[in-house]
Amino acid sequence: MNFIELIIQGILLGGLYALFAAGLSLIFGIMRLVNIAHGDFIILSAYIAYLVISYTGVHPFIALLLVIPIMSMLGYMIQRYILNRTMGDDILPPLLVTFGLAVIIQNTLLTTFSTNTHRLTAGDIDTASVGILDMHFGLLPILTFFVAIIIIFGLELLFSYTKIGRAFRATSDDREMASAIGINTKHVFAMAMALCFCVISVAGVLLAIRSSFDPFSGPARLIYGFEAVIIGGLGSLWGTLVGGIILGIAQIFGAHISPSFQILAGHLAFFIILAVRPKGLFSKVE
Amino acid sequence: MDNSLLRINNLSSGYGDFQALFDVSFCLEKNSVLGLVGANGAGKTTLFKSILGLLPREKSMIQFQRQDIGHLSANKLAGLGIAMVPEGRRLFSSLSVYENLQIAADYGRKGYWTIERVFELFPILAEKQKMPSLSLSGGQQQMVAIGRALVANPEVILFDELSLGLAPTVVNDVYAAMPSIIESGISAILVEQDIERVRKISKNLVCMREGKIVLSGAASQFTKEQLTTAYFGE
Repeated sequence: MNFIELIIQGILLGGLYALFAAGLSLIFGIMRLVNIAHGDFIILSAYIAYLVISYTGVHPFIALLLVIPIMSMLGYMIQRYILNRTMGDDILPPLLVTFGLAVIIQNTLLTTFSTNTHRLTAGDIDTASVGILDMHFGLLPILTFFVAIIIIFGLELLFSYTKIGRAFRATSDDREMASAIGINTKHVFAMAMALCFCVISVAGVLLAIRSSFDPFSGPARLIYGFEAVIIGGLGSLWGTLVGGIILGIAQIFGAHISPSFQILAGHLAFFIILAVRPKGLFSKVE
Repeated sequence: MDNSLLRINNLSSGYGDFQALFDVSFCLEKNSVLGLVGANGAGKTTLFKSILGLLPREKSMIQFQRQDIGHLSANKLAGLGIAMVPEGRRLFSSLSVYENLQIAADYGRKGYWTIERVFELFPILAEKQKMPSLSLSGGQQQMVAIGRALVANPEVILFDELSLGLAPTVVNDVYAAMPSIIESGISAILVEQDIERVRKISKNLVCMREGKIVLSGAASQFTKEQLTTAYFGE
């Protein structure tokens, strides 16, 4: 495997990490909320897709048509009726609530599905690859990368040019003043979480096609997501993509040196960037 | 005939265990300006926050168009027609000048005031509409804050320290817009440190000290000495 191929493999892996991280970045950017259960919600969406496919036999991408509305409704309700009650100047109470949600999700999945691993099959796309010169890249990672770009581009458009996007930004800037001009900030926060859960659904299904998952797979995804967000800079969606790519490249090079070095290489890249630029590369949050 | 638009009845409020307002009562008449004066810490901003539902108060303590509104949240009060130009402007920093106006129009009421009319009132904002809101000078930011309140087409605007931190000539520019605003049918409560300026523009005056009203009545009935004494105490 040559150097360029490793770089491209890392970039493609970064697309998946950017999907893990985009929702985290969005929620932190708008609400300053650190969602410890983020990874577990990704796994929950994978299990919901698994159930939909088990009962209907549809392709995982078709299953998304059901998983996205289910998850976004769940996200809206969790924010509106649980997390909003804990939001304030202190970031600790909502953080502790999401920690509790993570424990509940893991144990509910364990009780329902046992510790057995599952994986979604998407047909030929699972193993299909694209050859460029003498290099070969999986079709699924390529698809995942472009889905990540489309989602981040879509979120940026939504933030910049829509009424709800302006409300997200205004509420993030000054919640009290946003309320004073007529914005229902509790609804806006819940809409932001619903949007985050849409992204989580896509990430969960793509992850479940790419690798096996079990009830305890969430925390590792949370860590990759956090690292991508922090490398890219808090509150910056394109920064999150760059963060995911840096993490992906580091892991691919680490794996090339030694398979056991893959995860550690990613953490080392994160550590170095954190030491050099503590606010990340493109931070929008003070 | 009752000409009241906004009536405050024995309003007491504060921050947690700290009581900052004590039985504050007054009435804002329709199509008028009520001047609210007082030294720093008198409770003026706390009063505005209480009116807007940003601090706790009881249902009957605030009446708007003869309806009790003390139980409503800030966003619902905005829908009824109460807007605020806060101390320090508090523009949305991630939004451009135009977006600051647009978001208020998005969530406000429809009526006479549009973004275009705000640009007619403050032509400089039309030139700078695409700029980040915080890149403007203090006076221009104050114009955006006033415009943001106007495009919501409120019945009443609470102006908090309009001239704070602005150069005298800029203050004159900002105050030059007030007649147009009042003529459009908007009533106002105006918090201002400059007693003479507020006395000229207001129909009625309220002076606060240490969370209580110490003087109230028609602005024309008070001498400067009476106001100064009420302002600083004996």
